[in-house]
Amino acid sequence: MATTLQPYATTGQRIWFYTFRVLCGLIFFYLIFPILVVIPLSFNSQDFFTFTPEMLRLDPDGFSLKHYRDFFGENGDYSWLQAFGNSIKIAPLATLISVSLGTLAAIGLTQPHVPFKRQITALLISPMIVPLIITSAGMFFFYANIGLQGTFAGVVLAHAALGIPFVIITVTATLSGFDTSLTRAAANMGADPLTTFFRVQMPLILPGVISGGLFAFITSFDEVVVVLLVGSAGQKTLPWQMFIGLREQISPTILAVATILVVVSIGLLTTVEMLRRRSERLRGMSPS
Amino acid sequence: MKLVKTLLATSAMTVAAGAAFAEGHGNMANEMTIVSWGGAYQMSQTKAYFEPYSAMNEGLTILTDESSGDAVTKLRAMSEAGNVTWDLVDAVASDAMRLCDEGLAMEIDHDAMLAPAPDGTPASEDFGDMIVSDCFIPQIVYSTTFGYRTDLLPSKPESVCAIFDTDAYPGKRSLEKRPIGNLEWALICDGVSIDDVYSTLETEEGVARAFAKLDTIKADTIWWSAGAETPQLLADGEAVLGSTYNGRLFSAIAEQGQPIGMLWDWQMLDLDGWIIPAGLPEDRLARVMDFVYYATDSQRLADQAKYISYGPARQSSAPLVGQHAELGIDMAPHMPLDPANSVNTFLFNYEWWANYRDDMDAKFQAWLLQ
Amino acid sequence: MAQNDSTTGGVMLAADGTPLKKSLDRALRAQKIRALALIAPLLLFILVSFVFPIGEMLLRSVQNTVGTDYIPDVLPNVVVELEEWDPASGEAPPEAVYRAMAIDFSAAFDNKLHTQLGRRFNYETPGMSSLFRKSGRPVTKLDPESGNLKEAFLEIDKDWGRIDYWATIKANSGRYTINYFLAAFDAERTLDGIKLKDPDERVYQKLLLRTLGLSLVITLCTLALGYPVAWLLADLPARTSNLLLILVLLPFWTSLLVRTSAWKILLQEQGVINDIWIWLGFEDRLSLINNQLGVIIAMTHILLPFMVLPLYSVMKTIPPSYLRAAKSLGATNTVAFLRVYFPQTTPGIGAGGLLVFILAVGYFITPELVGGADGTFISNRIYYQFSASGNWGLAAALGTVMLVVVLMLYYIYDKLVGVDNVKLG
Repeated sequence: MATTLQPYATTGQRIWFYTFRVLCGLIFFYLIFPILVVIPLSFNSQDFFTFTPEMLRLDPDGFSLKHYRDFFGENGDYSWLQAFGNSIKIAPLATLISVSLGTLAAIGLTQPHVPFKRQITALLISPMIVPLIITSAGMFFFYANIGLQGTFAGVVLAHAALGIPFVIITVTATLSGFDTSLTRAAANMGADPLTTFFRVQMPLILPGVISGGLFAFITSFDEVVVVLLVGSAGQKTLPWQMFIGLREQISPTILAVATILVVVSIGLLTTVEMLRRRSERLRGMSPS
Repeated sequence: MKLVKTLLATSAMTVAAGAAFAEGHGNMANEMTIVSWGGAYQMSQTKAYFEPYSAMNEGLTILTDESSGDAVTKLRAMSEAGNVTWDLVDAVASDAMRLCDEGLAMEIDHDAMLAPAPDGTPASEDFGDMIVSDCFIPQIVYSTTFGYRTDLLPSKPESVCAIFDTDAYPGKRSLEKRPIGNLEWALICDGVSIDDVYSTLETEEGVARAFAKLDTIKADTIWWSAGAETPQLLADGEAVLGSTYNGRLFSAIAEQGQPIGMLWDWQMLDLDGWIIPAGLPEDRLARVMDFVYYATDSQRLADQAKYISYGPARQSSAPLVGQHAELGIDMAPHMPLDPANSVNTFLFNYEWWANYRDDMDAKFQAWLLQ
Repeated sequence: MAQNDSTTGGVMLAADGTPLKKSLDRALRAQKIRALALIAPLLLFILVSFVFPIGEMLLRSVQNTVGTDYIPDVLPNVVVELEEWDPASGEAPPEAVYRAMAIDFSAAFDNKLHTQLGRRFNYETPGMSSLFRKSGRPVTKLDPESGNLKEAFLEIDKDWGRIDYWATIKANSGRYTINYFLAAFDAERTLDGIKLKDPDERVYQKLLLRTLGLSLVITLCTLALGYPVAWLLADLPARTSNLLLILVLLPFWTSLLVRTSAWKILLQEQGVINDIWIWLGFEDRLSLINNQLGVIIAMTHILLPFMVLPLYSVMKTIPPSYLRAAKSLGATNTVAFLRVYFPQTTPGIGAGGLLVFILAVGYFITPELVGGADGTFISNRIYYQFSASGNWGLAAALGTVMLVVVLMLYYIYDKLVGVDNVKLG
């Protein structure tokens, strides 16, 4: 192994080993540091995005929960909570559509002998590939023509479309390790297709479905370009409010929101990781 | 225009507040979407207009949309699709003129639809020259001007040409990422008199001259596209000098105590106000008219100036301007048109920019990429 | 000859007596139909919610409209009369054209379309917007029956005699136009035909090249940083590597806006990194943001997981014994890596590299917030044309060009990697 140290390693190998480890450590630092730096700043008592001298001296006066109070509307401005409420309504609905349609399609795609399988898969994954600015401009005009621009349904549909590639990718990945003899066995023993699906197939692919759903959820929860164009005032989501916060008023409340979101993502990520392990266990693959 | 007739017939002009006037219109929509700019400016509207109006009208929901920057495009698309979801749009005068030209904004009969001054002067006289378009209901006079870091510059800049003097005032400048304003300042500081600026810009050589002047600071410039960026850049010390709206600078200086000074020299004055999208359904229109009547009377316009240093567009509001709502300081000296501040000013030339904007913009973008 | 027992006249039969081939065909067809039936709802959904919108936008790149009206419908008489006129003749159009313009212009004025017409023509020939605006009311006062409308027009504004203006109107007589695409490629119509613009006015070529160039740099950076990390992850025992994988995935799960604003805070001149730089004893602060460097740093960070994950999944399948075998056969570390390990990871490099490149080309938010003047991408310009400038046709044409580039890359990705091989952890 090139990156692990053997007891019989030469000095050169030892130097290489430690250099490599330090290098990787720096890269991990690069990955995580920007996310961590947001957290102390969200307790800034000032209205700008800077580490104040008070903060650097660890003076308690430099810190406050002000921006968290602003988020929860204690200053009488409930726009952050409203935006959060909209996100909480839009994301689950969009996820529900992506997951239900996506799972069905993924099952279809993993059947043997699907005509145009490659082309269909390419099409279904394309919302992830096509630049968002093109998608959102197109949706803006098209949804306006069919009366969906500026409506709740419009934003949900748009976000569902963006979430679909993630569901397709994760569910087909789970299904590719799926032992089809299980469904044949169920059918042999007299189960109808629906029973087979819900009692045999579903429990096994459920981890993949849930993790695809979480991806779809976070896509909607984090999406800003499409909602800026397809949505209107009534569908202002959290990222929308944050984007305005960054561009128009530079309010550090977005750092408080960011911190909350980071905590939420760690929670979701842990869930996905646990689901993945469970899925591998269920499919009889050892995690190593 | 049933509403106008009703208004005239009941001579509602003499009714001071909107509440009494609302009684005659039972069919007013109870939801209203108002489009504005966000930030401190929208906050001042919330405090001065939206909150008191909501308090008088129970059951009314006011939704806000911070899309004024894209107002023309979005309104155009909504109207193409025949589905306008906005009820009232805060727009700069040039956008209002464009929307009016294209029939996207409703024409306003200022005397019939808006409150007269407290002394009975009709609205059209009270607003006077501020009514630059038939569709425009003026609200404020603001200016784009410069702020500087008081502690990071070797001396206090007195002239706008400090932005081009990188020797005396070293450091980054922040300028708006568009030609408007920048070309004028470039020519003024290149020795062109203000009266000749636009005729100079009509010639190829004049444009080249303006860009040549801007070339001298191109490497030292950070380009902004949202009004909040310059105050942030100044507060962070990222820039030592920068243009933005005077109200944003006021809020960074007075409300947040940042070490920033105002440079009023050759501020570019502009107007901002309301437009009503054309073709609103009757109940929504009735609601908007009721709101606008209330929110543009002399007292309300003066009230807005308690929260932000933009000058009210009515002459009759000027004497009503008082002190800052929280800080208790006099607001008048912070207004763009205060005599001490308006020694050198120019008005954003709507006519000229309407004609040359697309052209200048293409040139400006190409220049940025060079 | 045992298998011939169940045949009648040489045809193999299934249990129910139908020929086996036919029965298999039928089963296959049923299978295909079932698969398609499962896919159909989603396909339909994607068509309506995603494909049609993009199609509509693409259509706008060639539609020659003002508002919802096609130009030949707004200027019906002018279009007909101009057919006879040849811009190459060097002479202004004849009286009949001016008469047609008086009629059409008045109608356009009544429908509030004249300024939009002016703006539309101004996209191609600067100055026409002001001409149409200024001429608004005066033209409606003209009497279309009078005999000297040409003079009357020239009296309103002498620019009505400009041949290039009329040539622009003539070039836009159709319901469809390629002019937006010409503009998207920095070309323009002149009296001598279609030409590229002056080199210093070629905005979009530069932007497209810059977008592709920066995306390539970002892809190489993600590869340089992602390769060692993926290698380490693949080599470590599963428990440790899963933990570290969370570190890779956390940024992926954190809001894009959060990450971008974090970089803003870190990279600015008075920011954390510069403060450390000065503390280390350096004199000058570094310009790390509002330029291309800022975009590269921030986007490499944001896209790194898309490189690490495919690399990791490929590296996991390479048995460590290969490297040991190479070394025991006398290869040095470098040779063993270059000749044995690296070649086996190329599929991962291809998969990750293409994915990162494709995603980078379409980025919008990050260049907008940290790119300054020289770090913006073509997406930002599309958004500008779409929203601030309102030139939807050009925005659509630029979008189409970009879409073609992305789809070509996507096609290559599909051929090399296969779209069903995208990995998400």
